[in-house]
Amino acid sequence: MMPKQDVIPEQTAVSWPIVMSVSMAGMRRRFSRAMITMVGVVLAIAFLCYMLLNETFVQSMIAEGSDDLNILLQNANVDILSGGGTDQMTVLLIGLTLLTSLVGIINAMLMAVTERVREIGTLKCLGATDQFVVRTYFVESAVQGVCGSALGMVLGLVVSMVVNLKTYGWFALKTFPAGGVVVALLVSLGAGAVLSVVAAIIPAYMAARKQPVEALRVEE
Amino acid sequence: MSETEYLKDAEEREEDIVIRAIDVKRHYHGMDGNVTKALDGISLDVLRGEYLSIMGPSGSGKSTLFNMIGGIDSPTEGMVFIDEIDVAQLDSYELAWLRCHKIGYIFQSYNILPVLTALENVTLPMVFAGNSPNEAREKGMAILETVGLGDRALHRPFEMSGGQQQRVAVGRAIANDPVIILADEPTANLDVHTGEEIIELLNKLRDERGITIISATHDMKMLDVSTRILWIRDGKVQRLEERKNLNIEIGRIESE
Repeated sequence: MMPKQDVIPEQTAVSWPIVMSVSMAGMRRRFSRAMITMVGVVLAIAFLCYMLLNETFVQSMIAEGSDDLNILLQNANVDILSGGGTDQMTVLLIGLTLLTSLVGIINAMLMAVTERVREIGTLKCLGATDQFVVRTYFVESAVQGVCGSALGMVLGLVVSMVVNLKTYGWFALKTFPAGGVVVALLVSLGAGAVLSVVAAIIPAYMAARKQPVEALRVEE
Repeated sequence: MSETEYLKDAEEREEDIVIRAIDVKRHYHGMDGNVTKALDGISLDVLRGEYLSIMGPSGSGKSTLFNMIGGIDSPTEGMVFIDEIDVAQLDSYELAWLRCHKIGYIFQSYNILPVLTALENVTLPMVFAGNSPNEAREKGMAILETVGLGDRALHRPFEMSGGQQQRVAVGRAIANDPVIILADEPTANLDVHTGEEIIELLNKLRDERGITIISATHDMKMLDVSTRILWIRDGKVQRLEERKNLNIEIGRIESE
């Protein structure tokens, strides 16, 4: 009765720059909300970075083995014999902070999805694939995460430097563990990036599942 | 008309048919086992290049039918063909392709993406269709000229009036040279004069490009330019009438 339907060609994947521009435009428009989400990341990563840096500083100062410095270290309640390693409680605390920040980002991203149901529906009516929608949310979360981590990294470094200079004076600079600091900074940045990408999984999936019908719903 | 007769009749007009719905039913199952029959067996052929208006009170199944023939909802029973493609057999990728290439949507509340400029809104469907940004930009500008917004390409939606936003929406709808434009009460949020301009624009596109226009509307002016008008009630076709057989007077309340 009906002729055989046309073969539908493979849909061309939308290039990343387009995805980027759509999600960046979205973030510019909702700048204040993006900022609030970012503050959560900044604080968590700053804390992580600060703890990592302190550990490096202390270890490097213990290795120095100077008597004056050891007195300062003892005054600062550092357990010299254990090599200045981070204790279990601290690890737990860092983990908890990161987890809280993760939940915060998920919450913010879920809100972004609910808020934009009609927008997602419209995009799908225009021919956006699920993949495109997923990508925009991942890009949005990743950009927030990486910017937040970078800021958090700087904040953690500044606070750590101030605290260490205040406690140990010029020893902090004399024994400055450049390699360790770089590693600590990179770990913080990486943790933030991973955190934000993991946080985007559920919201992006939910966004992709929204139906184009939603676009037709009239807001009351 | 029996189903075989109906199909035979339809076969004769095959080349002109752009949408064919065959005994479409859409049932919603409620929590307590109730079945709501939003559409209860609708058969309909829409011809290429026609202007079909769908009318019906709220809850009549009008929107459901509209979604069916727009490829954004699938029937519980029956079949819908859009430009000879059986919608029920498509997966989500293919549906996205269909919506991208065959159908242009116009919404009551414009649904222009607020974060993009007029030009970006118009070029977005072309990008989804795989056009290069340069091609899309050129074509997008030409389309904005067509809808009368050539000087507003870089404006954002909040800098534009409702009528201008709806023009952007029309431009976006025709971006990929669709076969069908689906317009859901496109003039409902506009004042009379602006609404008329949008209707004229749609009619012009139909004349010049042979695009089939299907709209859900209560606007007498839209009914006036329609080729056919379909009334839906309780999920069934209540009446399907050629425009020329109706006596529509602008400014008077219609009595059915």
